[in-house]
Amino acid sequence: MLIWAGLWRKKARTIFTMLSIIVAFLLFGVLQGFNLGFVNSLTSLSFHRLFTANKYSMVEGMPIALATQIATVKGFSSISHLTYFGGFYQDKRNSINAFAADVPVLFQLYGELNLRQEYADAMKRTRNGAITSRGLGERFGWKIGDTVPIGTSIWTKKDGRNDYQFEIVGFYDGIGPTGPDGFYINFEYFDEARRFGTGTVHYFITGIDDPRRAEAVTKAIDALFENSNNETKTQTEQAFAASQIKQMGDISFIVNSIVGAVLFTLLFLTGNTMMQSMRERIPELAVLKTLGFTDGEVSALVLLESVLLCVFSALIGLGLASLGFLGLRAVLGSVSMPISVIVIGIGIALALAVVSGLPPAWRAKRLNIVDALAGR
Amino acid sequence: MTYAIQMKNIVKTYTRGKQKVEVLHNLNLEVEKGEFISLMGPSGSGKTTLLNLIAGLDNPTGGELIVAGERIDKLSGGQLAKWRARNIGFVFQFYNLLPVLTAERNVEVPLLLTSLSAAQRKQNVAAALQLVGLADRAKHKPNELSGGQQQRVSIARALVADPTLLVCDEPTGDLDRENAEEILRLLQMLNRNHGKTIVMVTHDPRAADHATRQVHMDKGSLVDSNARSAA
Repeated sequence: MLIWAGLWRKKARTIFTMLSIIVAFLLFGVLQGFNLGFVNSLTSLSFHRLFTANKYSMVEGMPIALATQIATVKGFSSISHLTYFGGFYQDKRNSINAFAADVPVLFQLYGELNLRQEYADAMKRTRNGAITSRGLGERFGWKIGDTVPIGTSIWTKKDGRNDYQFEIVGFYDGIGPTGPDGFYINFEYFDEARRFGTGTVHYFITGIDDPRRAEAVTKAIDALFENSNNETKTQTEQAFAASQIKQMGDISFIVNSIVGAVLFTLLFLTGNTMMQSMRERIPELAVLKTLGFTDGEVSALVLLESVLLCVFSALIGLGLASLGFLGLRAVLGSVSMPISVIVIGIGIALALAVVSGLPPAWRAKRLNIVDALAGR
Repeated sequence: MTYAIQMKNIVKTYTRGKQKVEVLHNLNLEVEKGEFISLMGPSGSGKTTLLNLIAGLDNPTGGELIVAGERIDKLSGGQLAKWRARNIGFVFQFYNLLPVLTAERNVEVPLLLTSLSAAQRKQNVAAALQLVGLADRAKHKPNELSGGQQQRVSIARALVADPTLLVCDEPTGDLDRENAEEILRLLQMLNRNHGKTIVMVTHDPRAADHATRQVHMDKGSLVDSNARSAA
């Protein structure tokens, strides 16, 4: 009762301080959520699969014929390939994470996705077939047998058109080879239809027998094409994903810098609010001591007020960030805020509350009743 | 004879900068249980210092101070706080209610230090507000009450935990004559009908007349102590 009432003594100031904390923790939740999301997605990746791309540019294609040579490397088990299609559904804002591939082999390499055999068979039968994540299907209301037009701003067709018709033949669950909410089409169908780039792919994905030999196999693959027109760079799937993320900058460093600066500023803001609030209430705190509250109890009241302000606001901020992640599902696929971000966020809010609340709590503890009541 | 207060050779010295100032000099005073005394004297005579010592808000520099049967000059800060919660009801000149709380919540504050349940606290608060004639203003905040009403809430707060002693520092100093008279009658009623021992500091001789005894101070010493029947 006393803590809650004390908090609302100056409503406008409390609301503005709360808003600052809410925005700071919203930012913390979203940025750290993405950051940890990236890290988690990396740790779930496999060392059984190697990604081979053009050595100098990932967007530069490689002849599909290189697959035959890669298959000769010792330790090889199977190979598929991926070509970035991009695309959008109905509106350019509905971007689709679409790739052309040897789809049945691709899903054999990603056995953990447990693609139903009937879908793999349907893909073999249907030239313009597409297998998509269940989340993407639900988002656009696609059912098996539906024909969906996917537009592209890259791959103009030989007839000059920029839209491709694909028939949905199956769904898969989980995170696919190219991230959340993938859409996979038959390479042959795409390759025949496109006006340029025929016979080239962006990546080869090689399955290997023994992950302990991953380094040797990567070197062997790259050695095959050394000093040729198609020099390659091969990495494990995990290293490949990390290097792609690195291209966007050192996300952890950026996130930690921003969040650190925000929380540091917040520390001063909250500390100032608490000190100001305490100074204004010196006579009230003296009255509480007169009524029989001990120094420790009055000090605890001030500190708990700081905890309530920071943790309550932080929970709202983190809650809004979680809701934001739900909203982003429509754009980014099945993403959610890791629970560890919420736990760390509450921990930071508690630390913030204690650091900013300790100086006023200490002053409240040392408050002399007679001097305070006399206004000295 | 049972005493509510016994002061023996009480000395109080303050240090201001490098100077030591003795504000109470070897003061002796005894107050019986059920008495209503008024402490009078000019500004700087030591009335408020004496009141602060009686209420356990400050410690004497020397002497022996027994209040409500306990030697409080030997108690630590924490022990003194707990002793105050059990034994003292304090009424301030400027009411000192918590502005964010309603009248009933203000009155409830001392009970938060007890082991009473929420229902029992509510019952005691209602009884205290009833006693001071403010049952109908329970839900009002201090800024919605007149000065006299605020002082009555302050008295209800002082009473609610049933303390041994009511300590009042100029309780009518901020009130007009009519409201002051009401507050003094209320204190008188609490003394006569409920047996409360009351120590009241006042400048106002008319207020002092409501007490059963007047104690006069000057320059840190008692100069006169007259027992007299209250008006």
